[in-house]
Amino acid sequence: MAEGARRSPRGRWWAPVLAVLLFLLGWEAAVRVFQIPHYLLPGPGLVLHTLFDNLGSLAQSWWVTISITASALLLATVFGVVLAALFALSPWLEWSLTPFAVVLQVTPIIAVAPLIMILTDSATATVLICAWIVAFFPVLASTLAGLRSADRGLAELFRLYRASRWQTLRFLLVPSALPYFLAGMKVAGGLALIGAVVAEFTAGAAGRNTGLASRILEAAFRTEMPKMFAALVLVMFTGVVIHLFFEWLSRRLLRSWHGSEPS
Amino acid sequence: MRRVQFRPVKTSTPLIELKAVDRRYETGLLALQGLNLQLAAGEFISLIGPSGCGKSTVLRLLAGLDRPSAGKVLCEGEAVKAPTGHTGFVFQEPTLMPWANVSTNVELPLRLRGGMSAEQRDKVARAALAQVGLAEFADAAPKELSGGMKMRAAMARALVTQPSLLLLDEPFAALDEITRFGLNESLLQLWRPERAKAPAFTAVFVTHSIYEAVYLSQRVLVMGSRPGRVVDEVVVDAPYPRDANFRGSAVFTAACGRLSQSLAEASAESVLG
Repeated sequence: MAEGARRSPRGRWWAPVLAVLLFLLGWEAAVRVFQIPHYLLPGPGLVLHTLFDNLGSLAQSWWVTISITASALLLATVFGVVLAALFALSPWLEWSLTPFAVVLQVTPIIAVAPLIMILTDSATATVLICAWIVAFFPVLASTLAGLRSADRGLAELFRLYRASRWQTLRFLLVPSALPYFLAGMKVAGGLALIGAVVAEFTAGAAGRNTGLASRILEAAFRTEMPKMFAALVLVMFTGVVIHLFFEWLSRRLLRSWHGSEPS
Repeated sequence: MRRVQFRPVKTSTPLIELKAVDRRYETGLLALQGLNLQLAAGEFISLIGPSGCGKSTVLRLLAGLDRPSAGKVLCEGEAVKAPTGHTGFVFQEPTLMPWANVSTNVELPLRLRGGMSAEQRDKVARAALAQVGLAEFADAAPKELSGGMKMRAAMARALVTQPSLLLLDEPFAALDEITRFGLNESLLQLWRPERAKAPAFTAVFVTHSIYEAVYLSQRVLVMGSRPGRVVDEVVVDAPYPRDANFRGSAVFTAACGRLSQSLAEASAESVLG
């Protein structure tokens, strides 16, 4: 039984912040003391400076990456959840389609990107499809596991009271699957971003509508290391925000009842 | 080997009847063979027997959750082929939905049945909770309840539709004895409230405990295993309400003695067989 909420210790927040600050300070100090040229390794101060100097062009690319990641994640969620629900209803469908889902999962996305590029003839579509493919499988697998995790006793109870399929789905399967689904979303969120960046390295066409990966490549060709790091910082920041968002969502939705989240 | 006595009690109008029921599983295991059972409306009976004798299978057949391989399961003369929606079931585990509070759990059967407004459901659920002594815990989360309280909530849920038949599958097996005594007493009170003319429902109680079976029931059926069948029947001839003193009475002791013996024979047979 829960005897009052377990309070997180005071260091839960400032310890990681302090650790990151110390790391950045050490980095800056090392760059200055050893006089490392900025085309090899720029210090964090210079990276931040470059970031603000180029905010205009970087923000545009950032927005492209964010919208592709979000769209891919949305598509992956819709497809993953719908397919998981169909699999849960029909074993035949699951047996027939599982090989395809597994092939999508195990094929290195970077190897398929050129093919998709040829087929779609659009860099944006290629990046979107790649990011979707990578994010799709964790959603499918975790939601399916969640739908199957429903308590057998409760399932019997629903049968006893002659619950319709819809009632069983709504009052039993969906709540049972929720913790699994959210765990899958945490994984899928990170993967969608990785997919969006990696695919752009391959598909990366020139033009205005390009994401952060193109900025990184560009900066690497011109050996503008500080700019490359600045773009990288934005990618990392986006990943962290996605992660924190799903952590927050999961805590909010599950705190009151599920064992995976501290109350 | 001594022959096991078997004297079926004649009941006038059986509410539920099992006629020569066999249940064979796909694996070939014969869980029940030639089982006959008659339940009069308002009766309280217990099933007792060694593990794997098919006690739970009998309950599942009565609930319509399972169907016999041969023979008939009749409820008021009609064959039970699927759940009727008028049967309450208390499982071994409380099986409460962890994401919903206690009153939402209790009103689940009403919600699944439909035809009641949210306020009505809530009112009925709270009344059922009050009956089992959990009125103040209606808004609590299931994980905030103790094992005994969870079982009380499960009982309230089973009774919220006012079923004519209540099936209980070793509901108190995991509880300590003091809690179990309290729950036994509550169960009897729900079955036959004081000043009520007739019992509120017919009860079939599956248990491993001889004392619990004798304390609660009018009749105790002893089942043997492999294949599961009824090997003895003991009538507990004592009036209700029964209180703690009943546990020291001659009727209680005699019934327990007789049941221990039958149970020992049933178990020995199953080991040898």
